[in-house]
Amino acid sequence: MAFKIIASQCTQCGACEFECPSGAIELKGENYVIDPKKCTECEGAFDTQQCASVCPVPKTCVPA
Amino acid sequence: MTASMISLDSSASAKTSDNRLTNAKSGSCKSSSCGSTAKPDDMDPVTWEKIKDHPCYSEEAHHYFARMHVAVAPACNIQCNYCNRKYDCANESRPGVVSEKLTPEQALRKVISVANEVPQLSVVGIAGPGDACYDWNRTKATFEKVAAEIPDIKLCISTNGLALPDHVDELASMNVDHVTITINMVDPQIGARIYPWVFYNHRRYTGIEGAEILHKRQMLGLEMLAARGILVKVNSVMIPGVNDEHLIEVNRWVKERGAFLHNVMPLISDPAHGTYYGLTGQRAPRAIELKVLQGRLQNGAKLMRHCRQCRADAVGLLGEDRGKEFTLDHIPDAASYDERNRAAYREVVARERGNHAAAKSEAIEMVKAAGPDGSLHVAVATKGGGRINEHFGHAKEFQIYEASPTGIAFVGHRKVEQYCRGGWGDDATLDSVIVALEGIDIVLCAKIGDCPKKRLADAGIRAMDCYTYEYIETAISVVYAAEFGVDPLTGTA
Ligand code: SF4
Ligand code: SF4
Ligand code: SF4
Ligand code: SF4
Repeated sequence: MAFKIIASQCTQCGACEFECPSGAIELKGENYVIDPKKCTECEGAFDTQQCASVCPVPKTCVPA
Repeated sequence: MTASMISLDSSASAKTSDNRLTNAKSGSCKSSSCGSTAKPDDMDPVTWEKIKDHPCYSEEAHHYFARMHVAVAPACNIQCNYCNRKYDCANESRPGVVSEKLTPEQALRKVISVANEVPQLSVVGIAGPGDACYDWNRTKATFEKVAAEIPDIKLCISTNGLALPDHVDELASMNVDHVTITINMVDPQIGARIYPWVFYNHRRYTGIEGAEILHKRQMLGLEMLAARGILVKVNSVMIPGVNDEHLIEVNRWVKERGAFLHNVMPLISDPAHGTYYGLTGQRAPRAIELKVLQGRLQNGAKLMRHCRQCRADAVGLLGEDRGKEFTLDHIPDAASYDERNRAAYREVVARERGNHAAAKSEAIEMVKAAGPDGSLHVAVATKGGGRINEHFGHAKEFQIYEASPTGIAFVGHRKVEQYCRGGWGDDATLDSVIVALEGIDIVLCAKIGDCPKKRLADAGIRAMDCYTYEYIETAISVVYAAEFGVDPLTGTA
């Protein structure tokens, strides 16, 4: 399982990138994207998905 | 009335630094005041040294020095109800809004270009969108690069305070000697109506719980900064019906914890901005409400009255924004810093502000001597330098002064739409300027046409352009003396 970013909603603030414990989020060209192979849904690291908890725009970091 | 006639304006725009020095030297210089500084009597020298060239911390410096903001830290760890981080528009002018987010390398390039072109530049700040302390790696990289290239530039950050305690030591070691914390509440009940959530220790906290964490971290950060002698300006957003009365308590708290300045700013809320407050119809305070509140806070931390709520990529003197001239596509790919322009300008200013200070205290004495019951509200058109040097029709704002038996005080500024564009003025715009000047007795400007002058007179506002290039306070004192029937000369002994 993995999370994904809805690109049209994203403000490119980058907060999710540095909160992600798995290094799964990267800026690719204009958009931040989550690498589904790296995303662990924060399992074992934190109670909540960090990207979704820090993101300022509701429903932008969501289950893929 | 012997103020020297050199114009800082011409020195700032002179093409070469040699030119600029000649300009300055040709001005007359009062030997009695030359080289003196304008340090207020009640300020210790160490503090004065820190603020004397900072346009936001010193009311006097805002006439001479310019700031620029670089938007390098877009990530934020809280949500404020007056902020919509999704929204960005090139026509928009409000804090936190920026058209261009920069990498630290791009920010350095921009700072160098501005320093070469705008000799008044003294401060580089990071002021949103986002939080400079949360997005720390980018803030730090930017400050290190700028300090390495231009060591005398002052570095300044704005923060919501949540991550601030984690970086106070690094700020101190990087010689950041000014920090602005936005503190809108000391009561988490009220905080919960301003902040829907905060992200702290890997969790999102909402409601009173979130506001409580933010409050504790803000107070801790403030105390830590004060303990290290870093000057703290507290910004508060006045939100009618939410925290307006409460700001009196905020003022007391932050003063007790060592805040140097308290700056109360009006909420900006417009449905078009898409903020929570904008969408729920939360209103902004009226100018008069803000003024009354500021009056009630007068006895707490020193109040700031010259904040322009700048855009996050503003460049220039307070009250002007040249940000559009310095977007990435307007600046060279590889710029190298040339210190001559700034060095020459600083020399001019050092001399000029001594003269200005002397003229100012002379003027204030004259007003005080003029008698017990006068009161005059004066709007001044100025391009900086403490002088009346802007045409009425070109002004985008007026600086407002009050002259009364207690002296002459700067009380704020009023933004207006520029009336004259390319030689012709438009009636509707003039109407809006007249509305903005409500309550003003006299307008002082470098020049004004007969037609707008008459329209102003019909509205009960007298415009005068006979004091061009005079120091603001000097001109006000002469007008005041004439108004209240005293011979100006009696006050100048
Ligand atoms: S859910 Fe966790 S691991 Fe997956 S992208 Fe978001 S922060 Fe990274
Ligand atoms: S935190 Fe949200 S808005 Fe910010 S970059 Fe990540 S997905 Fe985009
Ligand atoms: S701290 Fe600044 S960037 Fe963050 S939500 Fe508040 S106003 Fe917006
Ligand atoms: S927002 Fe206010 S404090 Fe900040 S640079 Fe502008 S005038 Fe100064």
